Amino acid sequence: MTTLLKPQRDVGIVGYGAYIPRYRLPAREVSAMWTDGTTEPPITEKAVPGLDEDTATIAIEAARNALSRAGIAPTELRAIWVGSESHPYAVKPTSTIVAEALGAAPLVQAADWEFACKAGSEAIVAAISLVGSGMADYAMGIGADTAQGRPGDALEYTAGAGGAAIIIGPATQAIAHFEGSLSYVTDTPDFWRRPQAEYPSHGMRFTGEPAYFHHIITAGEMLMQALGRTAADYRYVVLHQPNVKFPVRAAQQLGFRPEQWETGLLVDRIGNTYAGASIVGLTAVLDVAEPGDRILVISFGSGAGSDAMSFVVTERIYDRRLLAPTTADYIARRTVIDYATYLRYRGKLKMH
Amino acid sequence: MRNVAIVGIGQTPVGELWHKSIRHLGHDAIVAAMKDAGIETADALYVGNMLSGELAGQEHLATLIADFIGLRGLEAAKIEAACASGAAALRVGFMAVASGQADVVIVAGVEKMTDTPIDETTAGLALAADQEYEVAEGATFVALNAMLMQRYMHEYDVSHREFAPFPINAHANAQNNPFAMFRTPITPDKYEKAAVIAPPINILDSSPVCDGAAAVVLVPLERAREFGHRQRVVRIAASVTATDTLAIHDRRDPLWLEAAYLSSRRAYAQAGLGPEDIDLFELHDAFSIMSVLALEACGFAPRGRGIDLGQSGAITLGGRIPITTMGGLKARGHPVGATGIYQVVEAVQQLRGEAGANQLPHAHVAMTQNIGGSGATIITHILVGED
Repeated sequence: MTTLLKPQRDVGIVGYGAYIPRYRLPAREVSAMWTDGTTEPPITEKAVPGLDEDTATIAIEAARNALSRAGIAPTELRAIWVGSESHPYAVKPTSTIVAEALGAAPLVQAADWEFACKAGSEAIVAAISLVGSGMADYAMGIGADTAQGRPGDALEYTAGAGGAAIIIGPATQAIAHFEGSLSYVTDTPDFWRRPQAEYPSHGMRFTGEPAYFHHIITAGEMLMQALGRTAADYRYVVLHQPNVKFPVRAAQQLGFRPEQWETGLLVDRIGNTYAGASIVGLTAVLDVAEPGDRILVISFGSGAGSDAMSFVVTERIYDRRLLAPTTADYIARRTVIDYATYLRYRGKLKMH
Repeated sequence: MRNVAIVGIGQTPVGELWHKSIRHLGHDAIVAAMKDAGIETADALYVGNMLSGELAGQEHLATLIADFIGLRGLEAAKIEAACASGAAALRVGFMAVASGQADVVIVAGVEKMTDTPIDETTAGLALAADQEYEVAEGATFVALNAMLMQRYMHEYDVSHREFAPFPINAHANAQNNPFAMFRTPITPDKYEKAAVIAPPINILDSSPVCDGAAAVVLVPLERAREFGHRQRVVRIAASVTATDTLAIHDRRDPLWLEAAYLSSRRAYAQAGLGPEDIDLFELHDAFSIMSVLALEACGFAPRGRGIDLGQSGAITLGGRIPITTMGGLKARGHPVGATGIYQVVEAVQQLRGEAGANQLPHAHVAMTQNIGGSGATIITHILVGED
């Protein structure tokens, strides 16, 4: 029995793109509002979507960047899958909006994925399997979110906005070759949101050891073991990043060093982009990686589970990555807002 | 009435035990106590627990646990008296053996508080206060104790930092208790800078929400030598429950724990002892202020001067009246319905000479006191070690 997920046909990443909204809420604004500034914020600032932005627009921006880098026509995509926990509609797919906006409709698989912060990587694994089976040549997986945090809750410091799109295609065209993935899930209720509930609930410290650390570390260790690799074989590691502390500790426990995780650790400057988090981190790595560099990506979604994926960068990276704005460009493009503006932009003021 | 001895003790580590269900916790503590006593069965099992129905959706708890540990057939019942449930169960077990109704009784305290979101747990705990006159106004136990602390500071001109020795002592003692939740020392500086929950109570004034279970085995004193094979037998010299108003505002003096006064005085009379004979006092330090009020009501300090016992070091292991010798509610942890049994287990450890690095050189008489609500049910036990 093999636990490693590896398609029969070799595949890889042929295009990638990220998008981060421009507004930034400094975490000290939240601390000042709710704890008289006595709480030490877990990050510096988080990205906040503007009044006309949502998960669909973020996904579209990221997908356009990915298409630019892939150099394919949108009609060549046979699947567009969007993973998010903040789909604009409870019923009606985000993915059809994205497909239509890209010009990929109507001959395309389209559906939304939900697995808290793991929905994006789940969509990418599905895209890998569609292309890997030979059913399609190109498929796109997207992770995007405009995450909600209850005012005053610990999550309000970090719940950010952003997303990334990955186009999977034949290995012969890949800028990063896919080596294999492994998924590890359990029924662990660390974080959830019920229908009609405006904000999610979480199990305080229960979100740590039994949820984040157990799933990330187990998935990471099992994938490396299945591939016969160790932390030393990787140039980069990107983990789901709900704050700075968790991914740093998990990466240390997996045997990685700061130079391996620093490039993909963006949460301090954009917050937790939920379904986007680990994938946006991957795009930041692809922006600077060299051919031959091996990358380990481990997502985490509450509820709970992790997808661990291993990639090796190819020579094609040089030409393609110049064809769209880098993730660093989006992070640098920032307009700081105060708490009151944040409330307005996030629709937290009851108008009716 | 027969004299009653404790011949077996058992406990689980206290903490956020997410991997253990309430029945597993009960199992682990009870099996440890049965092993310690050298028994394979018993006549009765009494389980102290406050919140299994509210937080786990499970009542009928004692029978569930009896079945789970393979003791089907024996008498079993859950005893509830808020945070004093553990000691209330011990008192039922004591009466069963003393009266001759049972020869071998297991008493356990079990609580599971961390599987629910903290607001649900806090609301569950508030069930122990007066719903109509306290909880309806928004009071939680932190709020009620904060008002008591504030009043004490005002009444006796005491500063907040003068309470520091109580949590500092608890944390210092917990360092050597492998079952304790917080085994790290704290400093006066850390205490003063700790995050405030409800002024003036900060996080280091407050015992933690946690899970745990502890158990003891009771037999008639005259048969104690048949069990456990310990050099010292621990006799329950006094077991007394006293009550007061549920709501603090109904008390003549909110800073006087009348139920602690009554139960300790009656316990002293039952045991033929006085406060001067007590070698250690496992008191109910759910909040720092409760330690101070209990020391005053039980005759260890005059009114308004309990705070001095912290400043003078009298409450430390080397002091006149050592308290929370294995960490207390503050640092060992306060799994509410289990706390009363943890206190007794630790007192037995001291009386047997099994308290490790925290062993008191002359531990012959120990007092334990378990409080339900903000002082409405107070249960005092006096234990005597006999060679």
